[in-house]
Amino acid sequence: MGKDAGPEERPKWDNKAQYLLTCIGFAVGIGNVWRFPYLCQIYGGGAFLIPYLIALVFEGLPLLFLELAVGQRLRKGSVGVWKTINPVIGGVGIGCLIVSFLVGVFYNTILAWVLWYFFHSFQEPLPWSTCPLNESRTDYNLECKKSTPVNYFWYRETLNITPDIEISGSVEWGMVICLASAWCIVYICFIKGIDSMGKAVYVTSTFPYLVLTIFLIRALTLPGATDGLLYLFTPDWQTLKNPRVWLDAATQIFFSLSVAFGGLISFSSYNEEKNNCERDAVLVGVINSATSLYASIPVFSILGFKATTALNACKDENILALTNHFEFSDQNITLQNYDYWYEYLNTTYPGKFQSLSLRECDLQKLLKQSVSGTGLAFIVFTEAVISMPGSQVWAVLFFVMLFSLGLSSMFGNIEGVLSPLNELKLLPRWMPKELTSAIICLISFLVALLFTLSSGNYWVEVFNGYVGSVPLLIIALFEIIGVIYFRGMKTFSDDIYIMTGRRPNIFWKACWMVISPLLLLVVFVAYVIVQAQTRPTYQAWNPDYEKFPETEQKLYPDWVFAIIILLCVVPVISIPLVALYQLLRGRFRKSSVGMELNPYDNDAFVTDTQEQKTQRA
Amino acid sequence: MLEKILLLLSLSFSVAEELCKPGAAEGYKVRFSIKTALGDQAYPWSKNEMFLFRAALAFAMRDYTNGEEFGVSDIHPCDETERVSFWFVVTRPNTTDLVDKGTVEMAIKKSRNRINGAFLLTDQTLEFDGIYPTLAAPVSPDTPPWLIVFGVVMGAVSVGIIALLVYPLVQRKLKKNKDADDEDSDEETGVKTAEIGANDGIYNSTFSDDERFTQM
Repeated sequence: MGKDAGPEERPKWDNKAQYLLTCIGFAVGIGNVWRFPYLCQIYGGGAFLIPYLIALVFEGLPLLFLELAVGQRLRKGSVGVWKTINPVIGGVGIGCLIVSFLVGVFYNTILAWVLWYFFHSFQEPLPWSTCPLNESRTDYNLECKKSTPVNYFWYRETLNITPDIEISGSVEWGMVICLASAWCIVYICFIKGIDSMGKAVYVTSTFPYLVLTIFLIRALTLPGATDGLLYLFTPDWQTLKNPRVWLDAATQIFFSLSVAFGGLISFSSYNEEKNNCERDAVLVGVINSATSLYASIPVFSILGFKATTALNACKDENILALTNHFEFSDQNITLQNYDYWYEYLNTTYPGKFQSLSLRECDLQKLLKQSVSGTGLAFIVFTEAVISMPGSQVWAVLFFVMLFSLGLSSMFGNIEGVLSPLNELKLLPRWMPKELTSAIICLISFLVALLFTLSSGNYWVEVFNGYVGSVPLLIIALFEIIGVIYFRGMKTFSDDIYIMTGRRPNIFWKACWMVISPLLLLVVFVAYVIVQAQTRPTYQAWNPDYEKFPETEQKLYPDWVFAIIILLCVVPVISIPLVALYQLLRGRFRKSSVGMELNPYDNDAFVTDTQEQKTQRA
Repeated sequence: MLEKILLLLSLSFSVAEELCKPGAAEGYKVRFSIKTALGDQAYPWSKNEMFLFRAALAFAMRDYTNGEEFGVSDIHPCDETERVSFWFVVTRPNTTDLVDKGTVEMAIKKSRNRINGAFLLTDQTLEFDGIYPTLAAPVSPDTPPWLIVFGVVMGAVSVGIIALLVYPLVQRKLKKNKDADDEDSDEETGVKTAEIGANDGIYNSTFSDDERFTQM
């Protein structure tokens, strides 16, 4: 099956389940595990669900439905679809192509990091549990002593990070081979297009749920889990007054659903035409949000466990200091009567007590240490895993889960690159799709070598913050405008009637015509304003920093700032460029009528077929 | 006679007491955390345990100095507390000269494991204040284990890729052989459809469009 030289035969899904699993896998990614719980925590726990659900209903689901409907009806990838609606907005598809490529490049680097940790989880003891010795073997490595073994393993042994983004350092060979493995795994799943990918998603989309359930059961039985969960879900209604919360909810739902990448349009175009895409869209959207919620339970149980472990370690330290200083009998002061003794000694011997300068052991403070992104997965979680019995098993399970989540999202990215490329007819026709996929994977791998430099982590943050944000908002805005105003609400309603058997109801119409574009515009403007207010900074790991192990906040140098602007602009520049080109071409065509006609053309026959073409589309 | 002995004894005790005092220059403070280490199996601290300690330390001194005949009486503890912590000093055999701190430290470091073992304790629960435990050298196997896992995974993936690429080619070749056999045996019946016989004949461009086959 594939695009033959003869009559174009579009690839098809083997069954509906493949299609749904692919879409769900694309939408559900690593962000559901490490971004949503963080937002929930910093924005007042249970209260955050309100703006999140409102954003889902008024912004996420309409966009999702739009993309799936458009792809299924017009039966083309992201470039073909917009060209068919109106050649003027064909640039939207090209924008999708560029964004998918750039996001795919840095996203797979994160998967390479996950693979590195996965490979290193098969050791006893886990390599991030102890500090290595320094050269003279008299003491532990200084950098590791000052921070923690987990931090050291991440920043030094995995990334070998430089203190500044300007210092590029050298290529890390361990990371290069992990990156090569990641791209090879992506390639093997995508080798035959959706035929192989459709089989792969049976595993990659379902396995994370299995692991999440295992973690849920395990995490709930850990001591301190309830503290973490209470902290997560206790609603703080005051945060709803902060507009930042609404902005972050809207951006989170938007990026979480993976719209505007073009991948969803391609996936739904492989469906049969009479498929209920309305139900599919609602299903995918709801499952995505439900997964985020489901994932936050084990994540927060484990964070609660980690906080409790740290609290007990803190208390043990203090107990030892008190026992030694006051010469009490061993184990007179225990974790249970710690508070009583603390108060008693503080009041009875205040002088001696103060001289000990004991550390403050506060559970709430420990719980407040919120982390998101790579910090959550590679620092906080790995630290928690050390304290769990059977650490290797949990570490392996966790990293395989992360890898599956990321891999299924990568499929959408690759599809968002390959499908437009095929439609732009940039590739020679004799090239089989195995070779095309191989070339794309190879080029992406070579570009991603940038991220294997010592400063690679800083560059991933740059890409993550700027490619995967502003361009997508603009593309989504143009998508809605393109469908509603270029194709027309009436034609689109007819399309949906043909596909699902009923016209979209007033809710969808209101969202598409007014609410969603307005929301997107507001989010975009607010986002730009918030970003533009301060010069962008980044957190650098600098062992020479005086407040080490805290990360140092540094400004991006000018040339990096220029690259950031480029990353925001290049994907969307194609929209006005193509529009301009098409308008000029249209004007040019009107002036010279006979230029493009085939000398053998008999007008009587040609106009018929052209009309047929427009009717079909 | 008895009085002389008593006098000598008290003298020696007082000398010992003078030798050992909290904060002694050549002395060390020891802390035992027996309950922390052993929990329910903890043994109570007693004079016998103290004797064992002195014997273990005397052994350590003998071992380090290669034969100098240190005895239990050369280890002088004092200032014992309820914590189970006390100071001690070491004197040379049959004299009251104190052994210097450095030598005591080296001796203890050399026999630390033996001393710990005698009390069923560890470096953390039998603490010599000022003597840091020697750090265990990290285990570094010859082949890093992660490379082994990487090799397994990449091997599987490469085999998979090659199999997926080669299999359809092999299939096509087999099918072609089968088709060639079939064609030889069958008569050529039926109309030559476009797929099989399109290469015959002359292509007249005036009637057809750019595409060879009309688009549906």
